[in-house]
Amino acid sequence: MYEFTYHKPQTIKDAISLFAKADDGIYLAGGHTLIPAMKVRLRAPTDVIDLSALDGLSGIHEESGALVIGALTTHDAVATSEVVARAIPALNKLAAGIGDAQVRNRGTIGGSVANNDPAADYPAGLMALDATIRTDRREISVDDFFTAMFETALEEDELIRSVSFPIVESATYIKFPSPASRYATVGVFISRQGGQVRVAITGAAACVFRCTEMETALSNNFAEDALDSIQLNADDMNGDMHASAEYRAHLCVVMAKRAVASLL
Amino acid sequence: MVQQSIGERVLRKEDLRFITGKGSYTDDINLPGQAYACFVRSPVAHAIIKGMDISTATAADGVIAVLTGEQVAEDGLGSLPCGWMVHSKDGSEMKQPFHPVMAADKINYVGEPVAIVVAETFLAAKNASELVEIDYEEIDAVVDISSAQSAADIYPEVPGNTVYNWELGEKADTEKAIREAAHVTRISLTNNRLIPNAIEPRAAIADYNTGTQDLTLYTTSQNPGLARLILTAFVQIAPEHKLRIIAPDVGGGFGSKIFVYSEETALAWASKKLGIPIKWTAERSESFVADAHGRDHVTEVELAMDEEGHFLGLHVKTIANMGAYLSTFSAAVPTYLYGTLLAGQYKTPNIYVEVDAVVTNTAPVDAYRGAGRPEAAYLLERIVEVAAREMNLDPVEIRRRNFIAPSDFPYQTPVALEYDSGDYEASLNKALEMADYDGFSERKKEAASRGKKRGIGFSCYIEACGLAPSQLAGSLGAGVGLWESGEVRVNATGTVTVLTGSQSTGQGHETTFAQLVASKFGISIDDVEVIHGDTGKLDFGMGTYGSRSLVVGGSALSKAADKVIAKGKKIAAHMLDSDVEDIDFEDGEFRVRKSNQSKTFQEIAFAAYVPHDYPLEELEPGLSEKAFYDPANFTYPAGTHICEVEIDPDTGVVDIIKFTAVDDFGIIINPMIVEGQVHGGIAQGIGQALLEQCIYDETGQLLTGSYMDYCMPRADDLPSFEVGMTCTPCTHNPIGAKGCGEAGAIGSPPAVINAITDALGIMEMDMPATSERVWRAMQQAGGA
Ligand SMILES: Cc1cc2nc3c(=O)[nH]c(=O)nc-3n(C[C@H](O)[C@H](O)[C@H](O)COP(=O)(O)OP(=O)(O)OC[C@H]3O[C@@H](n4cnc5c(N)ncnc54)[C@H](O)[C@@H]3O)c2cc1C
Repeated sequence: MYEFTYHKPQTIKDAISLFAKADDGIYLAGGHTLIPAMKVRLRAPTDVIDLSALDGLSGIHEESGALVIGALTTHDAVATSEVVARAIPALNKLAAGIGDAQVRNRGTIGGSVANNDPAADYPAGLMALDATIRTDRREISVDDFFTAMFETALEEDELIRSVSFPIVESATYIKFPSPASRYATVGVFISRQGGQVRVAITGAAACVFRCTEMETALSNNFAEDALDSIQLNADDMNGDMHASAEYRAHLCVVMAKRAVASLL
Repeated sequence: MVQQSIGERVLRKEDLRFITGKGSYTDDINLPGQAYACFVRSPVAHAIIKGMDISTATAADGVIAVLTGEQVAEDGLGSLPCGWMVHSKDGSEMKQPFHPVMAADKINYVGEPVAIVVAETFLAAKNASELVEIDYEEIDAVVDISSAQSAADIYPEVPGNTVYNWELGEKADTEKAIREAAHVTRISLTNNRLIPNAIEPRAAIADYNTGTQDLTLYTTSQNPGLARLILTAFVQIAPEHKLRIIAPDVGGGFGSKIFVYSEETALAWASKKLGIPIKWTAERSESFVADAHGRDHVTEVELAMDEEGHFLGLHVKTIANMGAYLSTFSAAVPTYLYGTLLAGQYKTPNIYVEVDAVVTNTAPVDAYRGAGRPEAAYLLERIVEVAAREMNLDPVEIRRRNFIAPSDFPYQTPVALEYDSGDYEASLNKALEMADYDGFSERKKEAASRGKKRGIGFSCYIEACGLAPSQLAGSLGAGVGLWESGEVRVNATGTVTVLTGSQSTGQGHETTFAQLVASKFGISIDDVEVIHGDTGKLDFGMGTYGSRSLVVGGSALSKAADKVIAKGKKIAAHMLDSDVEDIDFEDGEFRVRKSNQSKTFQEIAFAAYVPHDYPLEELEPGLSEKAFYDPANFTYPAGTHICEVEIDPDTGVVDIIKFTAVDDFGIIINPMIVEGQVHGGIAQGIGQALLEQCIYDETGQLLTGSYMDYCMPRADDLPSFEVGMTCTPCTHNPIGAKGCGEAGAIGSPPAVINAITDALGIMEMDMPATSERVWRAMQQAGGA
């Protein structure tokens, strides 16, 4: 780790102005992506702006048909939340499957969403649930948010305050974890609302994506065998030493079928 | 009194400090005025160093000195030696590249140290390490082992990149057996390269005292005595009597902390040059590139049989990767610890093995838990399984047909070893019962009804432990003796201080050795303290590897304890006015036979140090004895492992449902500790079979350089193991013990792979059997 200056602002305004003043500032939430990257010197911010003292960025509540999760809410808080369990239990499951206990006790939804790791779990949940990302300055629809690998629609100094998930009839998340990192080799999130089905896939490609072929097939016929004829194009998939593109394409369908089966 | 006898599950004495954070590891030690070191490592695998500029780094804040490989060369430091000389078939000596402490003019693997930055803080050292400018002229890297021998030479002194081509056994007889056999089974396999990953990274502090000219090296070593010998006699860092090596608590080694590496050597040299203590602790990413790796073989095997499946001949051809340099034990691993084990538990009359060791532009490869024996057990138990299928024999039956019978011992194998004792059927039978083999076909059906493919796999492994009879080892090329030293100091009040040249890296020596000595003397283990890991306190010792601690180190202590008892008898005879011949020692009392006259162990100890009523004319005061023990033979732990798996046909995920291990370790001192060793070994073996794989790309970059990519087994990857024991005592050491540290890692991989191939009805599956590999095998075999 290189040396850096540590800040712990009390208000969002201060956080943003610290960011503006810094040569190369960065926000710190749970630190479970940022700190490992700094330790191996892949990131070298001059100023680390710790968000933990900011008010109103954590907590979970229901708000006119939506579940709202504050950006600083830890994975463990989501995994064990009764509010989440009543509204969208699939998110309990998703959060409970992130990393290990240490990671879940520190890592936050805001950090995960802002980071947009192609193998992270939350992006699939946001995408399939048609979530809205609320920042210090605007609301961003998820369809516009995840733009590319490790990239989002956030401006440099923009702060996520919370994520709002419309409550749906049913939803689930099935993950095929990488045996080494336990991130998603493939993760499929499916939600159903009024005959509409949204399917989001993480881990498989450079960025989380909605699988429209599956959505159409499942909107017509919500059954496992509706996916029988679906073959995702391996050219669109990631291939690495852990899983070839072809294998990932295959796993997407297998995991999607399992998700459907669990919703029947 | 606390339980004490041999065979009891005594809780580990060392665990209180380990689990309450009171252990003291090398990194916990800080010396006044110490500086910190950071190594500059090569980012490329193969290159000429065209130039190096250290001026900016030297001038950076907090930097004390930047020392380079060139200075190492100027100071004339020797090559880091390989401790074994292996000869090729034609009798020529193996070809050894010079292994510099730090590279001066040429780079041979990614991570090779080229300079050491010494600074006031670690941060300053690390920052300055990035300021060392090096001009590398890259050369094509040699990475793939199968083609290494036809690639351009890495070293002029190692033509064909071949260190040796070694052979063992009768070639002509074996080839004849294969030519004339009713059936020959042939397979090729790889033994995947592994990265050891001890939980404690390597670390060292070198402290040169300019006043006394003593050099003290604190280091994470499995064998401080051996390290001192190497640093003294070969690298010539300091004279032996001025060099003290201290290995405090060590957090795991698995072989990787046997070796003398560049880092601690460079540190010792730098401390002497600069006259200050210098500390280095590896970062985890350094451990991945700079610890010696394990395994890495490609092998072709042929097994000849008669019509009934009796083995007639075994022919093995292996290429073993040594990496860029010959690390301390490396040359012995794919030869004497491998070829000699190829008889396994079987009466194969003709065996021939040929091993080509090659150098590549990868990290050095050396002993890793099992060291050569897992590679031998893997190929043998794999080919036996395939042979059973080709011969339409039950895999259990083919093994039984070929077992060496209990009445055959001592059994001389065709590959040099003489097994002293064993009962392979006994372990097999017990394992079959524990694994409920009879119920397997029902379980397979039931699994099929859930859409799962269930398979069962066997492994009847043997290993050779208790390294090693010195003269035999010497005749095979060992550069050192392989005895062990022990000292038993009885204190005046009857408590005992035990000193051993064995070195725990977590195995529980402080308990096992205390239990051994306490039971000898009939005292509580709380009254026995075990000291190890400091050449300033101990006699020269050879350390811990090859499951030798109890077998060799424990035997030394047993002999020393016998000497104490013999002396105690003389003291007792004097005090009790009796003849020595009439004194018996039992349950902590010296007793005149057929009388009620006795003295306790404590009374005798007191008399020895307060010799008022004592035969001073014949006997020296004091009660402290030493022994060196040189084993007469290796020991031969053996057993049966049975693995049962279920495979998800949609994903290829392998789930280990049940794992049974029945081992014969001879006499066991502490079953709890032994079971722990077995559990850990099986976890590592399953790691190798399913998860772990060190991958270099074709330019020699390490792709699996962190836990994001190198997959260590975790608790939830493993079932709860069923562990059982049988016992045929070792016939040639005073304890009857055979050693248990490596068996789990040796026996388990073939059992896992055999179970997978059984489930899928296929013959071949390479390790690690990742879900994708298994899925592809199913696609190839005609879909799920
Ligand atoms: C061992 C391990 C295993 C893991 N396994 C998984 C897994 O299985 N699945 C998974 O999805 N993830 C996994 N993670 C990642 C983990 O979930 C991280 O915690 C998460 O991705 C980042 O959240 P954080 O709070 O730690 O963010 P930080 O590391 O603090 O920050 C990450 C990035 O987000 C930015 N940021 C943080 N908060 C905000 C905000 N409110 N507004 C704007 N920008 C912000 C930071 O500036 C930084 O660039 C794992 C991590 C580790 C270390």
